[in-house]
Amino acid sequence: MSDKKLHIAQMRSPLGRVRGMGSAKQGSHHWWIQRVTSIALLPLMLWFTLSVATMGGISYVETIAWIGHPLNAALLLLTVGIAFHHTASGLQVLIEDYVADEWKRTAAVLLIKGACLLLAVLSAVAVLKIAI
Amino acid sequence: MATFTLPKNSTIGTGKTYAAEPGAKNVKSFKIYRFDPDTGENPRYDTYEIDLDKCGPMVLDALIKIKNEVDTTLTFRRSCREGICGSCAMNIDGMNTLACLKPIEDVKKDVRVTPLPHMPVVKDLVPDLTHIYAQLRSVEPWLKSDTPAPPDEERRQSKEERAKLDGLWECILCFCCSTACPSYWWNGDRYLGPAVLLQAYRWIADSRDEYAGERLDNLEDPFRLYRCHTIMNCTATCPKGLNPAKAIGKIKELMIERQG
Repeated sequence: MSDKKLHIAQMRSPLGRVRGMGSAKQGSHHWWIQRVTSIALLPLMLWFTLSVATMGGISYVETIAWIGHPLNAALLLLTVGIAFHHTASGLQVLIEDYVADEWKRTAAVLLIKGACLLLAVLSAVAVLKIAI
Repeated sequence: MATFTLPKNSTIGTGKTYAAEPGAKNVKSFKIYRFDPDTGENPRYDTYEIDLDKCGPMVLDALIKIKNEVDTTLTFRRSCREGICGSCAMNIDGMNTLACLKPIEDVKKDVRVTPLPHMPVVKDLVPDLTHIYAQLRSVEPWLKSDTPAPPDEERRQSKEERAKLDGLWECILCFCCSTACPSYWWNGDRYLGPAVLLQAYRWIADSRDEYAGERLDNLEDPFRLYRCHTIMNCTATCPKGLNPAKAIGKIKELMIERQG
């Protein structure tokens, strides 16, 4: 035997540890919305990328007019909202995967959600300022 | 943070080499992970040169030959030697599998054998399965029914109902899948892992069981279930050819289906 005594930090039963505080009773909504937003982003990002790609060389006034068009403005707002929601929920999963410490995890998730919300509102205000 | 590198006391050194008997023609080297908690030393790879002409075809045959004839201190679990008990699950040539089902000839170079990844090691190739057994216990893998069984016959199932258990009942709980899953490596304390989730679904899918709702409630959790990101290592590694990722997908489907 080695000189080091085996140190037992926890004497709680393995089953007690696994059951812990029970299930969170949530998680499916987050998972589902992540799937829904990713599918919604397929046509929206396709529309956005194609539109911007075909706008090469047009003037400032024409660009403003394009953003100001009700349909374009509505689609832009949808793209902004859904894209940032999707980003926030995706990054949250990433943090939950790799950051084990509860305080750091909660702080990082809140920070990401705050940053995404700020960027989403900023983008929305920019679109609305032109459109309205 | 998740730990991506081995801690200092777990880095693997080079151990002894046991040369093949003189005159051996068909020699294969087995590099086997050795760890003895009693010595306080780091783990090491010992090399055993085995004459395949005097050895059975599977990796387990070689391990048993080593233990019987070369080095009796080598420790590993084994029982049925035909892929039904799940005892000899280990990592061979970089892939979790059962030593008894893995032909030596499938490994082109030296045969590297390590215990199931990311589990505490009791000794050599024996991982500590206490936690994962507790996780299995937590999903209550047995029939739960309030309707009493018919007095003089078994609980009946239609052929269609029984067919839903195919691909689930064959699981032998070797835990090759769970210990191949990065999500289980990083969050195994809370994530149940593919083996246990497949077992949970095996009872959710059983037409005779009446507790599917409670079972789903128990899994409705960002960590217990939703750490699965369909990495699919579980399905790729399963020595029985099962698809735990599909079972987990079914659980996720049911979670949404029951909401409306």
